[in-house]
Amino acid sequence: MNPRMRALLPILLAAGLLTACDHGALNNPYPEHQRGQNIMYSFFNERPKHLDPVQSYFENEIRFTAQIYMPPLQYHYLKRPYQLIPFAAAAMPRVTYYGAGGEIVPAHASPSEVAYTRYEISIRPGIRYQPHPAFAIDARGQYLYTGLPERQLKRYRSLADFERSDTRELVAADYVYQIKRLAHPGLHSPIFGLMKGYIIGLDVYAGELEQLSATAASGTYLDLDRFEISGVRVVDRYRYTIDVRGKYPQFLYWLAMPFFAPVPHEAERFYRQPGMPVNISLDWYPVGTGPYMLSVNDPNRVMVLERNPNFGGEPYPFEGEAGDATAGLLNDAGEEMPFIDKVVYSLEKESIPYWNKFLQGYYDLSDISSDSFDQTVSISSTGEVGLSDELRERGIVLHTSVSSTTIYLGFNMLDPVIGGLGERARKLRQAVSIAVDMEELISIFRNGRGIPAQSPLPPGIFGHRDGEAGINPYVYDWVGGQAKRKPVEVARRLLKEAGYQNGIDERTGKPLTLYLDTTLVGPEAKSRADWFTKQLRKIDVQLVVRATDLNRFQEKLRNGTAQLYVLGWNADYPDPENFMFLLHGPQSRAKGSGENASNYASREFDGLFEQMRNMDNGPERQDIIDRMVAVVQRDAPWAFGFHPADYNLAHGWVHNIKPNTMANNELKYQRVDAAQRTRLRDEWNAPVFWPLLLLAVLALGAMAPAVIAWRRRERGIARQKYLAQRAEPKP
Amino acid sequence: MTAYLFRRILYVIPILLGVNLITFALFFFVNSPDDMARLALGGKRVTEESIERWKRDKGYDKPHFYNDAAAGTDRFTDTIFFTRSASMFALDFGVADDGRDIAQEIRTRMWPSLAIAVPTFVVGLAFYITFALILAFFRATYVDVSGVIVCVAAMSISSLFYIIGGQYLISKLWHLAPISGFGEGVSALKFLALPVAIGIVSSAGANARWYRTIFIEEINKDYVRTARAKGLSELRVLFRHVLHNAMIPILTGVVVIIPSLFLGSLIMESFFSIPGLGSYTIEAINNQDYGIVRAMVFLGSILYIVGLILTDVAYTLVDPRVRLD
Repeated sequence: MNPRMRALLPILLAAGLLTACDHGALNNPYPEHQRGQNIMYSFFNERPKHLDPVQSYFENEIRFTAQIYMPPLQYHYLKRPYQLIPFAAAAMPRVTYYGAGGEIVPAHASPSEVAYTRYEISIRPGIRYQPHPAFAIDARGQYLYTGLPERQLKRYRSLADFERSDTRELVAADYVYQIKRLAHPGLHSPIFGLMKGYIIGLDVYAGELEQLSATAASGTYLDLDRFEISGVRVVDRYRYTIDVRGKYPQFLYWLAMPFFAPVPHEAERFYRQPGMPVNISLDWYPVGTGPYMLSVNDPNRVMVLERNPNFGGEPYPFEGEAGDATAGLLNDAGEEMPFIDKVVYSLEKESIPYWNKFLQGYYDLSDISSDSFDQTVSISSTGEVGLSDELRERGIVLHTSVSSTTIYLGFNMLDPVIGGLGERARKLRQAVSIAVDMEELISIFRNGRGIPAQSPLPPGIFGHRDGEAGINPYVYDWVGGQAKRKPVEVARRLLKEAGYQNGIDERTGKPLTLYLDTTLVGPEAKSRADWFTKQLRKIDVQLVVRATDLNRFQEKLRNGTAQLYVLGWNADYPDPENFMFLLHGPQSRAKGSGENASNYASREFDGLFEQMRNMDNGPERQDIIDRMVAVVQRDAPWAFGFHPADYNLAHGWVHNIKPNTMANNELKYQRVDAAQRTRLRDEWNAPVFWPLLLLAVLALGAMAPAVIAWRRRERGIARQKYLAQRAEPKP
Repeated sequence: MTAYLFRRILYVIPILLGVNLITFALFFFVNSPDDMARLALGGKRVTEESIERWKRDKGYDKPHFYNDAAAGTDRFTDTIFFTRSASMFALDFGVADDGRDIAQEIRTRMWPSLAIAVPTFVVGLAFYITFALILAFFRATYVDVSGVIVCVAAMSISSLFYIIGGQYLISKLWHLAPISGFGEGVSALKFLALPVAIGIVSSAGANARWYRTIFIEEINKDYVRTARAKGLSELRVLFRHVLHNAMIPILTGVVVIIPSLFLGSLIMESFFSIPGLGSYTIEAINNQDYGIVRAMVFLGSILYIVGLILTDVAYTLVDPRVRLD
């Protein structure tokens, strides 16, 4: 072979290998066989800890469990305000109110007349579980993989190692079984503490289980059916009832969460048999009846949801709110869901890779990180938010929504300086509320993504008021049709009235110093701390920012020793009770380990809250909420911060996207045009080789003179040697 | 040498005990079992009762070091420290707070870490040594001077810059490799090319400059002059004689890190979404998962000790004058 050809051979081989490996784009992170398939590509940045529906509560967990499990109810995907509709249930639960003597009382009876409420839920017949080895039976009708010897179980490394699987029909008893699991001492359900206060008999049942578990080895099967919950009954194969203490209308919202989804007892028996590897558990391999099932669970790399072959289908909504039809959100009305066959979630810990992969078309959806906000979003002179030209040309669509979250600057009401319901402290808090410019915070630290809060209630929650009626009159004025923060002079005046003229405490003659406890770390923490300090400097108040770790921060809140702090609350369900309880006196963090971190206790507010919490939505409830909001605006236990806005992007090939901050089972509604995606991916990702060739040429060019010089030197030495040898006289 | 190795292995036991004790003390100085329970149970609706249940279930309701309520040896063994430490000496790492088997997690995650670390280490070492020898070969010429300038410039740049720059150029602009991700089997190759290349380039400056210094020092020694006087070519002098004699300082830095290669790289794995061990410890610290923290520290200590012993043994291989008695 020609020596030059021999030198080129490795390069040709490498090139051949590369092209043999993959016929698509070189930067395609997915296997070539997935090309053109009806798959959605997404990512997650934090591995879920729990996929057991009794435990999963965090967003990164529910985004999976909500697609797999079927609670009785769900939120309507398109309608606003949020509306509950049946999911596994055949109809909305039948709600009956009972008095203390067991007599039925009318629905409009006051909460005090209601001793307990019975929810009767009928589920649709014919719903079947995903294929799972727990249901597999042998020729004798015995469960194939339950009660296996420990030695045999050691062979199994994952659920896929069990060769056979089967299914069975969903029955009402599975829902009751899951409610029993809320009390399981080894499962630590986050809502057990709340639910045992409501579901009749759950506390007694938990005590019985506790005794039972004391004699059982840790992690082994606990027969939950040995005892019954007095307030939870199976009526027949498809019907069950739950008795809830008093009147608690919000209970329906809980029925839309995976906590109340069905779990088959076969699964529990299967997973908890002695000798089963700890990694094969219900917490890792869910068993559901929903539209998707988890087929790959490798949270260090990838998680895959696949269409559940036993899911009976569900029609896409026929109606939505105004504008949905124009937006194309009703184009698939009546079509059977789910539309997507498979969803691949890849782990992405950093924002740069996932953002670039989204731009390359390798992710279908993305949020917008702060780093890429400026190159993504353009804000017009009229304040209208739009996408940059580059993104619009790629067919990317921006979806914005205000989340059901309230971020607030809290004042500890137990603090001797800033706390208490006295006039002096109240005016000080009002002054601080005016001085801390939340509009500026949103602009600087959130790229404008958010709206200033006027009360604890975010938009979309019953009781929230827009416009002039909704503004906080202690912090804002209504000017020119919009809320305008009061000038700093008003804050200074309030401060003077509070006895802190020019930031000097008139009682001690010393400058007023406030303390903000925060867990923020990293480069942004410093700028945030400086920003808060600057805000209070406007009214001559000194602020000391105390950065601490999460444990100490929580300890301070529990002990009531923090003075100012920043916290947020995500809605569990779209009801004002879920926000107002954060200021309910008995929920005090310092006195009762509740969620009221400000330890606010107002007899007036608490009385109104007790009235409002169990009422049905209507003018009367709105009136009470208005009064509650007025009380907290006046007392200012929080400087109402802001409600964050979510900016999400979707490629043009993804259809039926509508932000829904309550529903988590949105996957089944979405559809992708795989052909369009494939075409555009190929167009956007053609490999560019010339820079590599250029680099190689440059490297060779740089080395060439040195090599030439070296060869010349070597030859020179050889010639010198030769000449020296010639010059030597021969003996 | 056997006696030496036996003695060194015996030293391992008190070292590991000490490491365990320090890890335990530091961890529980910052975190209490109550804090761990709160974090594990989530930020919302956590009650004192649920915290107690969690602690009881996970065995964190015991005293730290000494159990007053127990009798006999149970006073020491029925404690968090003993129950969480003793089993590790049998390499039984137990389960994490989320119920996952720690040993299996380590076994699974070490392979992706190795898939990056080993080629980066091997190819990198060969590249740095070759590059350093070339600089030494062309010493005092424009190649050497410009090479050193490039090395100093390269070592002054943060590794993060190489990662982001590499991803931008290779993946985003030129579309030659996936920007992040990992595959199984042969498909992993296309994901490894970029992080391995960046790993090599980002450390090239410091390493090549260090090896060049070693080689230049060796080049001025008498045996090199003798080799040249014998008429050996410069390449032969460098690659056969100088490289061989420079092995001791090279081994000092290199062998000790070989066992710890599988612990992975936090930044690299994070930016390239490699499911390795790099982030396992950090995630555990953030989640206040003592089970994982103690296991990883324990393993890290063992590997470090193994690395030191291997270095000692390697000395005897490259330098016959060294004896391990």
